[in-house]
Amino acid sequence: MLLKIAGGTVYDPANGVEGEIKDIWIDQGKVIVPPTDPEVRPDKVIDASGLVVMPGGVDMHAHIAGPKVNLARKMRPEDKRKAGVVRRTPLTRSGTIGSVPSTFATGYLYAGLGYTTAFDAAIPPLGARHAHEEFHDTPIIDKGFFLLFGNNHYVLRQIQANEPEKLRAFVAWMLQAAKGYAVKIVNPGGVEMWKGGADNIHSLDEKVEAFDVTPRQIVRELAQAAMELRLPHPVHIHCNNLGLPGNWKTTLNTMDALEGRRAHLTHIQFHSYGGDPDDQGKFCSHVPTLADYVNRHPNLSVDVGQVLFGETTSMTGDGPLAYYLHKVSGRKWTNADTEMEAGCGIVPIRYKEKSFVNALQWAIGLEWYLLVQDPWRIAMSTDHPNGGSFLAYPEIVQLLMDRTYRQEVLKRVHPRVLERSTLKELDREYTLNEIAIITRASPARLLGLKHKGHLGPGADGDVTIYTPSADRRAMFELPRFVIKAGEVVVEQGEIRAEVYGRTLHAKTSFDAGIVPDIRKWFESYYTIQFANYPVDEHYLAHGATPVEGS
Amino acid sequence: MAATELKIVSNATCTFCGCVCDDMELTVEGNHITKAKNACVLGKAWFLNHHIEERPIATIHGQPASLDDALEAAARILANARYPIVYGLSDTTCEAQRVAVAIADRIGGCVDTTTSVCHGPSGMAFQGVGEVTCTLGEVKNRADLVLFWGSNPAESHPRHWSRYSTMPKGLFVPNGRKDRTVVLVDVRRSKSAPAADIFLQIKPRKDFEALWALRALVKGVEPEASIEEETGLSLEQLRDLAHRMKTCKFGVLFFGMGLSMTRGKHLNVEAALALARDLNEFTRFYAKPMRGHGNVTGADNVVSWSTGYPFGVNLGRGYPRFNPGEFTTADTLARGEADAALIIASDPMGNFSQPAREHLASIPYVALDPKETATTRGATVAFTTATYGINTPGTVYRMDDVPIPLRPAFESPYPSDEQILSALERRIRELQQHRANGAGH
Repeated sequence: MLLKIAGGTVYDPANGVEGEIKDIWIDQGKVIVPPTDPEVRPDKVIDASGLVVMPGGVDMHAHIAGPKVNLARKMRPEDKRKAGVVRRTPLTRSGTIGSVPSTFATGYLYAGLGYTTAFDAAIPPLGARHAHEEFHDTPIIDKGFFLLFGNNHYVLRQIQANEPEKLRAFVAWMLQAAKGYAVKIVNPGGVEMWKGGADNIHSLDEKVEAFDVTPRQIVRELAQAAMELRLPHPVHIHCNNLGLPGNWKTTLNTMDALEGRRAHLTHIQFHSYGGDPDDQGKFCSHVPTLADYVNRHPNLSVDVGQVLFGETTSMTGDGPLAYYLHKVSGRKWTNADTEMEAGCGIVPIRYKEKSFVNALQWAIGLEWYLLVQDPWRIAMSTDHPNGGSFLAYPEIVQLLMDRTYRQEVLKRVHPRVLERSTLKELDREYTLNEIAIITRASPARLLGLKHKGHLGPGADGDVTIYTPSADRRAMFELPRFVIKAGEVVVEQGEIRAEVYGRTLHAKTSFDAGIVPDIRKWFESYYTIQFANYPVDEHYLAHGATPVEGS
Repeated sequence: MAATELKIVSNATCTFCGCVCDDMELTVEGNHITKAKNACVLGKAWFLNHHIEERPIATIHGQPASLDDALEAAARILANARYPIVYGLSDTTCEAQRVAVAIADRIGGCVDTTTSVCHGPSGMAFQGVGEVTCTLGEVKNRADLVLFWGSNPAESHPRHWSRYSTMPKGLFVPNGRKDRTVVLVDVRRSKSAPAADIFLQIKPRKDFEALWALRALVKGVEPEASIEEETGLSLEQLRDLAHRMKTCKFGVLFFGMGLSMTRGKHLNVEAALALARDLNEFTRFYAKPMRGHGNVTGADNVVSWSTGYPFGVNLGRGYPRFNPGEFTTADTLARGEADAALIIASDPMGNFSQPAREHLASIPYVALDPKETATTRGATVAFTTATYGINTPGTVYRMDDVPIPLRPAFESPYPSDEQILSALERRIRELQQHRANGAGH
């Protein structure tokens, strides 16, 4: 089908288009060069005059599928009873929302918000098949996931034995076996320490017991492997000491440990705290130092992990962190460790405006958006649902584009935030073009998705059309049209088509000579058969797009 | 007839119990499995006794019917119902479970699984306190204290001990069984008792009290002496167990239906989960239910990701609601509330209470099963389906939520549950569409 989106005000920052009135043509799901022959008639025209046209949104870091997310669904019926619901229609399935929506609801809600692509950020490879099964039931959006490597025993062993080639081959083999997209590190070494009975690891140079390696080595070697494999996305790092006062030093040390290698630091808000773990009174923001470091180091990018006020669910591959949150809050706690690979923890959490700590977390997230100079190296995220639901993205847009609104909220929250962060001094306001960058163009580029996040010829025909409004939250909450692969899927909040997006995974290759070594290790310690471990194509029944790096 | 073809299927998966062992080596001759290497006694019975029965592909009111006629009749029953139930699901693939939930959603019925009659209370306890858990490989590689409570793995999960929990040599327990202490707590000296290092015989219906006393001891609070009379365990025994739990390196408490389905139900399991949680103050300690059916864990997962709730879900208002006791099938039927049902791979006519059976017999219902059962015999429409794992591929979840693929041994002349359910869903949607259009005229 040939679709013409006519006369919209287009924001396509990747192609240098900032608010120009132009037509976008989509043929067979891809953006094409507008035909010059006046005889060419589109099958369908969307009159976008007076409307704002952007590429479909891309969420590069969320928790939307797989073992951890489903445990959270099972654990929290109370979170859904008070929340809205997704009703069944002749075209759509029903679902529950709350902080952890059911799969069908997840797809519809993302699409309803103008997002057409999302990534789950933490899948243990043994649970990859589960994540793909949930993706099968997650409509409309394209999706992929990052695989947990930072506490994997084979990885730790190769680093210990100084075998970078084996490490690299293993990473490639695993990405292929699990059909994963990127290399994720969660609390490098700390999760393994927790699983082994210790409380955690606390610095980059502490040794991981039983493996004799340090977080510094894990970060460096996995960053190197991802780089040498030319993966579409560099290593994606959740640093040690998440959430602990004083952790900014760990974050800075992690950036240093990369020694110039490409890396993405995720939910950086949670890693930018000054103060003392034993004295909450000293808690403060250290964003200016860290943002300055990021500004000066083009090898680094970040997403924020913005905190928003209200009830949500913390879910993480960082087992010891969840235990810490459980001890602090006294709320119910799930821990689920995966053999040889990873950990996981889940705790309900409520962020309160009047809590000094929570209010400061909120402010620290905003400082990050406002202090990173290059919008191409920062992406919008709430680390859904950890800082808040992805449904809060329009609220973040409002906070970034409207400093009056921001100052109003700042006046409402715990007053000590004024002295412990720089937020009150920051009067930067995002432009629509910058919003288009941090919500689609930049995450797509950081992920190495050449066919996403822009509207040039060859791009996926994923387009969001907004009704402009001075109320930015209202504008971004309810797009006028959302188009996925050239088909109108949402119109003013209503789902119009029963479609399923594709699965994105990294295309890699490796030396098959490694397999016997992996197999030997696997057969000694795992409890399933080696042959039953890889995920075959039939789990990607809605279509798969292998993505190559460059 | 051609000479019987002989083939070996390696890395096949046994779906008889929640262990879901995937290291079967099946020797297949034509449509018989003649050897099942690595299978336990239950697995051998599952594989070797499997044969294709000569049954009609479908029946309507007990009379043989064509597949098309049966699908039409079944779709009409379900599409016309006001309060239908979709039930069973623990002995079929996730692929089939997915379609069953879709049907429940389309017809606005209840969807419930056999979880509600085994570890449903464990699911509710999990919602109360959370759960500290892990995959079975963690137990294999690290556990030095393994407890079984209200469970008799020697008879219900015969390979659990050898493959996962007590015997295997693991990374941090290189001597296997020698590196572990195994404790069994039960109301009777079961066949599992001789293999345990410590057997504690507890008075029936006193699990909660014993678990609560252990929680107290772990926290340094001495229970009253009356606990001995109450539980049948001496304070010395309880103190010793609490001490072992606090000082092990990696402990795990596996609990069975002896905990989840006896007096106290979800409160018993809450006590067990809270005990395991509390112990993490001192060491790593985990708790896990011993799930029975081959893919009951998959059913929990599929129903949860589709609706947000694990079992006992009602979709009658157009969105999911959860209420065990109200929307759990044994209860709904016993109160005489449903007006139609779709039963998949389960035999409620064989094992539900009399009021529930009487009500089910009084309403039109559709049943899918590879074998003839009391439920298929009484069904308005019954379909004979292929057996999952033996005849059909797909996915099952082990009791620790690890998803495992199936490698079928040979083809069945009957369709899979997934195929029947998909055809049913299509036809139901057509009927609904037709009705919606009709209403417009």
